Amino acid sequence: MAALLEVSGLKAFYGQTQSLYDVGFEIPLGGITTLLGANGAGKTTTLRAICNMVRTDGTIRFDGKNIRGMATEEIVRQRIAHVPEGRGTFTTLTVDENLRIAAYTRKDKQGVRDELERVFVYFPRLKERIQQQAGTLSGGEQQMLAIARALMLKPRLMLLDEPSFGLAPLIVLEIFRILRRINEEEKVSILLVEQNAALALDLATHAYVLETGKVVMSGPSDVVKNDENVRKSYLGY
Amino acid sequence: MEQLLQQFASGLANGAIYACVALALVMIYVSTDHINFAQGEMAMFSAYISWQLMDWGMSFWIAFVLTVLISFAMGVLIERLILRPLHNAPVLSIIVVFIGLLAIFNSMAGAFWSYLIKEFPSPFPKADFGIAGVIGPHQLGVVLVTLIVLGLLFVFFRYTPLGLAMRAAAQNPQMARLVGVRVDWMLALGWGLAASVGAVAGIMVAHIVYLEPNMMGGILLYAFASALVGGISNPAGAVAGGFIVGILENMVAYAGNQIEKATGVYIIGNGEKLTVALIIVIFVLTVRPAGLFGRVVVKRV
Repeated sequence: MAALLEVSGLKAFYGQTQSLYDVGFEIPLGGITTLLGANGAGKTTTLRAICNMVRTDGTIRFDGKNIRGMATEEIVRQRIAHVPEGRGTFTTLTVDENLRIAAYTRKDKQGVRDELERVFVYFPRLKERIQQQAGTLSGGEQQMLAIARALMLKPRLMLLDEPSFGLAPLIVLEIFRILRRINEEEKVSILLVEQNAALALDLATHAYVLETGKVVMSGPSDVVKNDENVRKSYLGY
Repeated sequence: MEQLLQQFASGLANGAIYACVALALVMIYVSTDHINFAQGEMAMFSAYISWQLMDWGMSFWIAFVLTVLISFAMGVLIERLILRPLHNAPVLSIIVVFIGLLAIFNSMAGAFWSYLIKEFPSPFPKADFGIAGVIGPHQLGVVLVTLIVLGLLFVFFRYTPLGLAMRAAAQNPQMARLVGVRVDWMLALGWGLAASVGAVAGIMVAHIVYLEPNMMGGILLYAFASALVGGISNPAGAVAGGFIVGILENMVAYAGNQIEKATGVYIIGNGEKLTVALIIVIFVLTVRPAGLFGRVVVKRV
């Protein structure tokens, strides 16, 4: 399979502080890849670097084209959807507006309506809450809304930052089931950053392990899962 | 009774003007967290532009529409050329820039058109308009024009994709970028709209206060008071605040006159209207800093 996203020699800086050193990885077309690592390893920064939300150096190729240095809003228009950590919603806008804003870059009205219907197939609960302000939704519903909004961009690649953050285990399972369906049915490639390594390794086909801003290990999920260091550090057994 | 109604009506007309300027302030505040101190002078400058266009022979409404468009461009340009390069500057630098803009617009108007007071026409017919004895034609016209403008803005922000994008950019710029909204342009657009709304206020009030470079000074103060009363981060609140302040100041002056008539003691009157606005500002800031309709924002630090 050809790589959809190729990252090499990626460095990232917050002001004078460097937080990524020479990160490199590939995301195969149609696959689910996960980035594992402890707090502060640079997982979130890597996602932010892809969308040019921090100062970066290196190369980031999406579909063969170098996108590093492009403005965030232009990168998004290449159909890369980023679901940021925490509750990635516009809290004062309604559910409907949150979804429609993602279709802002699109001109085909019929396409947007169809998309909306498709999104509700995955997240029927959002349809019931369509006129509610996003800030009044439960944590799980807000996370669903954030993913639904990303879907409205009709993405080729979805970047997910800690979708399980602060959610009840049952809700997390539901969200991960939906992510798998999205990956299979919508042919969306996924890059997943997750604290919950066990869950992430179950979902993903490939895994990379980050430590203090460097990739220290990579491989198919099954292999990574059985690595002794990964087991001890991230899986806890 | 008739006098009371008259005072109420004129408060309504003033309130409409305050509402416009307050809304312009709030529009910029919600998207940038800055109070544009030059908003009043920009409105004054717009009023001069429309005077100039009329002086060149254009009819009132053509000059009106043209001025609103020119003001829009002016707002966009100010954001792009002056504020964009400063987007990482500390708040104090930006405040200084606003005060600088205030002085620049004020002296440019003086230099181009002189400091002599000019009469400004009213577009509304004298007779058969208004409700005789209660509200004059210009006052009624001002209220109507502002309501139309406010209605258009409401529809724009509530029902159009561009309006939605602007609200999203104001609420959470980083996330707005992540859905492909060009946030920088949304800010510029916001400045343009604020300048346009201000222009409407300037043109409408110029007939009442006469045209001169300092005409908006007091009005800007009232607009601050209005925005604060309504909640500085709430556009609808700012509009309501405008009407509340407009009516309140006239009611206070009216009550003062009545007391003077009854007892012969002068406590408060037309001369103290501006003081009323300032008292409102202080009162709101101490008792309810978030305003009547504002929400208290708790920030995690």
